[in-house]
Amino acid sequence: MNNSHYYHSIRIEEDKCNGRMKCMHVCPTQAIRVRNGKAIILEDRCIDCGECITICPEGAIVPLTDPFGELSKFRHTVAIPSPALIAQFGRDILPYEILNGLKKLGFDDAFDLINTCGQVSFAINEYLNEHKGPKPVIFNSCPTVVRLIQVKYPSLIDHIISLNVPREIAGREVKKQKSAQYGLDEKDIGTFYITPCPVKMLSIKQPAEKGRSYLDGAISISDIYGPLLSAMESVERRSYKKSLQNICILGIGWAMVGGISRTLRLKNSLAVSGISEIIKVFNDIEQGKLNHIDFIEAYSCPQGCVGGSLTVENSYISYNKILKIVERLEYEEIKACSDIRYIRKLFAQNYFSMKRKAEPRPLKPLDSNLAAAIQKMREKEEIYESLPKIDCGACGSPTCMTFAEDVVKADAEITDCIFKLADDYKLQLESAKERRTDTDDSNDKGKKEEKNDT
Amino acid sequence: MICQGNGFIKKFNVQGRNFSHAGIVSTKIKEILEEIGIAPAIIRRAAIASYEAEMNIVMYADHAEVILCLSLSAINITFKDKGQGINNIELAMQEGYSTATDEMREMGFGAGLGLPNIKRNADKLDISSSPGKGTTLDVTFYLNGKK
Ligand SMILES: Nc1ncnc2c1ncn2[C@@H]1O[C@H](COP(=O)(O)OP(=O)(O)OP(=O)(O)O)[C@@H](O)[C@H]1O
Ligand code: SF4
Ligand SMILES: [Mg+2]
Repeated sequence: MNNSHYYHSIRIEEDKCNGRMKCMHVCPTQAIRVRNGKAIILEDRCIDCGECITICPEGAIVPLTDPFGELSKFRHTVAIPSPALIAQFGRDILPYEILNGLKKLGFDDAFDLINTCGQVSFAINEYLNEHKGPKPVIFNSCPTVVRLIQVKYPSLIDHIISLNVPREIAGREVKKQKSAQYGLDEKDIGTFYITPCPVKMLSIKQPAEKGRSYLDGAISISDIYGPLLSAMESVERRSYKKSLQNICILGIGWAMVGGISRTLRLKNSLAVSGISEIIKVFNDIEQGKLNHIDFIEAYSCPQGCVGGSLTVENSYISYNKILKIVERLEYEEIKACSDIRYIRKLFAQNYFSMKRKAEPRPLKPLDSNLAAAIQKMREKEEIYESLPKIDCGACGSPTCMTFAEDVVKADAEITDCIFKLADDYKLQLESAKERRTDTDDSNDKGKKEEKNDT
Repeated sequence: MICQGNGFIKKFNVQGRNFSHAGIVSTKIKEILEEIGIAPAIIRRAAIASYEAEMNIVMYADHAEVILCLSLSAINITFKDKGQGINNIELAMQEGYSTATDEMREMGFGAGLGLPNIKRNADKLDISSSPGKGTTLDVTFYLNGKK
């Protein structure tokens, strides 16, 4: 159907799917159709948000993450956990316990990504101070948000911040340091991101910016949760207070929506989470209503990465845990972040800069020829006007409007709509009757005319 | 009107003084233009102009009919409202001129930039108005060059 191929982090297991259409209705970009009783994903529309994974009652939609066994392919392995991992466990488990637990699990080392996040927060501040381009600047750490812009808001591409994301910077630095330390090649150092969502797997395999990723794989938080919990039991305990001393407040904020703006104390920023909310905000940006805002922190998942589809803990609880840590660090004025002067120096050396830009990936128009596209648009409107407009989904398209589009694109038949099928059936019945009455005596002709009037 | 025969025509209604639906028609127009495959730069201009025109209807008129008409050579949008009308069009077109109320200013409107912005973004703009009755804006964007 489409020649440009987009890699996706979501796959439907056909034999488990029983065509209940929950995924089709929840998909924010109308990327799912049900054909012959099975859900399919339209690749060019999918932005990998994972809403379908969460809603499918059969568990038929599965994320593609890396199995644990991948570790053996490398001579030295390093775990780089998302800050959202910390939020999965009880109050006493802090980064110190997590990083040590990961080492017990079989990684040669574990890297404190929270510190890198804090460095990037400082960099965001510097960036916003220098920024001369279109406002507001949009945050890029959530790959779903970047993909939403590529597909549905290409005119906002220049709003995306051109700083690299912490996980990639961490991957790059880990490879550099470890290869020097052990005299190994960079490709022998395996960097594994512990991910709250499948889309970050995708951003490793197919970065929006078309470059290469410094991460070698992504392991799902839900896969590692159980083993990590037991591994942490044998980690030597430190007091809560002592473990807190090493947490960079600017970095821990990355796990929850609004955390960056809050810890940086940005005055003119907005924080949004959830695709439907983001769509509202992006419409406003396109209409020029938000020019006075400096920075938009946007996360596809409710409450930010703590609500990722591969997390384990209820997102309200995990959000709260992060919030409490932030409040405590604020209260105790703990500042375990890198020195701002050092960050400024790195910033000036383009340590944080993103070399490439995400490219627009707009949906294909109805036709590449303008006259034909206009013609199809007319047909689509006509079809839509003839439909019951109740978005029942029985046709296998999420709305009457998308169904009209599918018919015009020849991806569906008009009689796939049960109402149209009924009309079609009535019509056939009438004409069959007509044929019969034509041959019959004109006995019941009056009746027939009456019927035709209605 | 340029749009006849093999063009695409669609009508919308905008309810004046109803801020909860403000911006919907311009979003729909933008989506139609995208589906048809109009160049992004033209879409952007058309979207900004439609949004400003729609907001003026919401703020200063009772009701309006919006007609989008797309031909092979141009996009034409007319905004025909019933409402207070504009007494002095020349004045209204000036940057900074606004009769917005305090309430509207609180919502971020009333800089007096809407009409000038429409003029800047459109290839052609015709305004006519009868005070006390209503205003008609006719905005055109050419598809093959020009501006
Ligand atoms: N459709 C309309 N009906 C009646 N009056 C209008 C209409 N459109 C504009 N006006 C008048 O013209 C003035 C200037 O309009 P313009 O769009 O340039 O600025 P504004 O709407 O006041 O502020 P802004 O568009 O910057 O929020 C308005 O304040 C209003 O008095
Ligand atoms: S909000 Fe975070 S967890 Fe959710 S998709 Fe985006 S990056 Fe992944
Ligand atoms: Mg205005």
